[in-house]
Formats: sequence, structure tokens, C-alpha cells
Amino acid sequence: MRLKYVLSEVMVGLWRNVTMTIAMIITMAVSLTMLGASGLIYVKVAEMKELYFENIEVSIFLETEVTEEQKTAIQAKLDVDPLIESVTYVNKEEAHEDFEEMFRDSPDLLSAIDPEVLPESYRLKLVNPQEYQAIGEQYAEIEGVDQVVDRSSVLDKIFKLFSAGQNIALVAAVAMAVAALLLVANTIQVAAYSKRREVAVMKLVGASNWFIQAPFVLEAVVAGLIGSLLGLGALAGLKIFLFDGALSALQGLFAPVSWGEVLLAFPLMAAVGGLISAITAWVTLRFYLRV
Amino acid sequence: MIQLEQVTKTYPKASRPSLDNVSVAIEKGEFVFFIGPSGSGKSTIIKMLLHEVAPNKGRIVVNGKDVTSMRSWKRPAFRRSIGCVFQDFRLLPNRTAYENVAFALEVIGKTKAVARRVVPEVLELVGLGGKEHRYPQELSGGEQQRVAVARAFVNRPLILLADEPTGNLDPDTSIEIMRLLDRINRTGTTVVMVTHDSNIVNQMRRRVIEIESGRIVRDQARGVYG
Repeated sequence: MRLKYVLSEVMVGLWRNVTMTIAMIITMAVSLTMLGASGLIYVKVAEMKELYFENIEVSIFLETEVTEEQKTAIQAKLDVDPLIESVTYVNKEEAHEDFEEMFRDSPDLLSAIDPEVLPESYRLKLVNPQEYQAIGEQYAEIEGVDQVVDRSSVLDKIFKLFSAGQNIALVAAVAMAVAALLLVANTIQVAAYSKRREVAVMKLVGASNWFIQAPFVLEAVVAGLIGSLLGLGALAGLKIFLFDGALSALQGLFAPVSWGEVLLAFPLMAAVGGLISAITAWVTLRFYLRV
Repeated sequence: MIQLEQVTKTYPKASRPSLDNVSVAIEKGEFVFFIGPSGSGKSTIIKMLLHEVAPNKGRIVVNGKDVTSMRSWKRPAFRRSIGCVFQDFRLLPNRTAYENVAFALEVIGKTKAVARRVVPEVLELVGLGGKEHRYPQELSGGEQQRVAVARAFVNRPLILLADEPTGNLDPDTSIEIMRLLDRINRTGTTVVMVTHDSNIVNQMRRRVIEIESGRIVRDQARGVYG
């Protein structure tokens, strides 16, 4: 009975001021899309870090004029090092094969490189991949070692790029959330003004506070939830056109975004959208209606 | 039924108090006029009895409940025991007489079935039988005030507060409204009315409390306007 009244009031409220409602929903949707996207990036980066650092390999490149004694010394040190799980020696021919494999699309570059100039190296698999820096410190200064290279610096750059993207999305989400918040406050004020006579009578005859507030708060929450649904649609669009479309060439570089993960972002967006709307509406009413 | 004990109220930025150490006791079933010039503090009393304005000093007890210490979340339940009518009627223009009264019932949780039973009864009581489905603008001022009285009385409150209920009405219509309030008073409802209308006060011959500059200057059973 009363529920029916409240719900019909919500619908009337949303229609009464439909342009404002649309503006509220769109800002909410954009804000929540940004929030959802930054959430997805966060999950992906964590996943990728685990994946990459698990398989991280450290290479120790030797100087071209390294002596056999130096090599045996290094090999001996590597064999007893507790940080290292396994060692593979790569001679000049193997290095050249790898090089050919890597640059098979650029024959000019290949023909310009003499197999003799490629350095010999040891490829290390670490017990704990996170400790790659310790290897660098230990081996870089040893006689005969040219340099210790790990892929972490490249990875760090990629991850920095991702977190920059995430930060931009978060900043945009917060900025749009502030705009959405102000729109909600404004919409609720307009709604409360247009129902001021009803509200005055309700207060006079002793209607309970929740009953007076519920239609307004629910109006904002419904707008927030519609916004989060649109946000879900936008994220699905991002997945289809950006990750599966334009960025599919980079598939090997980073983990694909699954539909499950897109759907998992929805509860986050719906909760944030609904809660922000509800709290803003409630606070606005406290100031505006003094109920 | 209503007790004011040494109540003082000074509005912020006001040079002198609206009510200055006022003490009044009103018994159940009484009919009381508060009279006095504009700004004498009459309306402040109504607002305090509704828990809309709190006094700076003193104690107000309505219906056995200490209003001064009442928390605001208890206000809705408290107001259900008090009916109130105003000079400007305060009807909802987009609702009929019936709907205006039914609205007051429905928003405090009464079902439509209860409204269908009670509302025609109370509209009949205030003399609006047959005009249930008119909108406020289709009713005369006196009829609109009758709707407002019906709305205030439909819950059978223990107290009816009336803030210049005849202020917008001509003398004949005013007397009809007074007859209605008198009838409501005879059902045992305590009526507290704030007014300027000397004519009405002189005709009714009820208790008159005169206020001037926030102080009670006269409290007379079966009084006249003076």
C-alpha cells in the first residue's frame, strides 16, 4: 500500500524533471564507467605482475674477450648460489639463433650482425623471482661480466603505464562523481520544492521521517542504479571495441579481460552509484526539509 | 492537558523575548483563546505546542509528554495526537476535498479502506457532505477551512490548535467555522485558538488569555476581547 505510494512518487519525481534526471544519470554513468575501468585495470595489473614476475629470467652477459678461467669461476659461483634455481649457458651460436628468431621480420638487421659479436651469456632461473636485484648487485662487478640484464625494467615501464592509466581513470571518476553529486543535490532540491506543500502537510499530520524522505532518496538511488547499468554497458563496449578490438594485437603482452571480470565490476559500480546518490539525497533533505 | 511553566523564548537577533516567563495550564476539554496584538507571541505558543520551536527556558508539557526534552525523531508520533488549522488553510490544490483528508490518513500509514470509511464521515461532520470531490479552488474560503478542519480532526486528536482560523474569512463564515470548532470541542477535544477577531471572542464567551509583549496580562474564564 504505502510501498505503492512511495514507488509511484519515485516515478513521478523522475519524470517531473526529466532533463535533470537524464543529466544526473549520464554523469553518474560516466563516473561509474571510469571507476569500473580503473577497478579492472587494478585487477589486471595485479594479475599480470604475478604472471610476469613468476617467469622472470635474468641474463648475465659476458664480455667478448672473456677468458676461460673467468667463465669457470663465474659458472662455479652460479652453481652454488642459493638464490638460483637453474643455469643455462648460451654460447655465441645459440645467441645468434635466438637473435635470428627475434628479428626474423627484419632481414636487413640480421645480415648486418656478425654472429661473432653477440655475447655469450648465462640465463638464470631464480628461486624467488622477486630477488632479481640481488643477482645484479652480486654479479655485475665480477671480472668478465659485461652486464646483468633482467626484464623487470621493461615490465616496470609497462606497469607504470598501466597505473598511470588507472590514475587518470580514477581522477576522471572522482571529478565526474563530484559533478554527479551536485546534480543529485540539485535535483533533490527541485523535487523537494515542487512537493513542498505535500511535505508541509505530511510533517504537520505526523508522517514519519522515513516516509517523507523515501521517495526523494529512492529517486536518486534509481537514477544511480540506471547510471551504473549504463556504466556496465560502456565497460562491455570498452571490452569489445578496445581490448578485443583495437588492442587485440597486444593480446600476448597482457592478460585478456574476461566477461566475468566485466560483470564483477557491476556490483562495485552499482553499490557506489546507489550509495553516493542515497547519501547525497539524504543529506540534502536534512538541510532542505529539516526532517 | 497543556502546561507551560515559566516559558521564555527569544528568537536570535530579537531585541526582546517573544515570550517572557509565561505560565499557563489548560485542562482537558477546555476551549481557550489566545489574544493580543501582532507580534505579541501568540503564534510562538502554537509553534511550541507543535514542537516546531523550542523555548530557551521553562518547560512545556502536552498530553503528558514533556515537549521541551522531546527528541526530534519522536515529533511525528507526537503530532498525530494534535490537529492543526491555519489562516491560509494549507490544502493541496491538486487534490479534492476527499483526497486532502485521505492524504493525511494515508501518510501516517492508514489504509485506503480506513480512509474510505472515515473520510466521508468527517466531511459530513464539518458540513461538506456532497462536496467531497470538489477541488479547493472550487470551494469558498469557508468551505476550504472546513476541509482543513476535517483534515485536522480526522484522526480524532486530543488537542486542536487553530492559528487565526478565521483570519481570511468574512464575519458570517467565521461564525460558522466557530460553530464547527465548538462542536469539535464538545466531543471532548481541547481547542486552543489564536485570534485577533474580537467579534468572535465576545460571542463565544470562553476562556481568554491575553498576551502583550510576551507576557500574560489577562487570564479570564468566559472572557471578552476587552
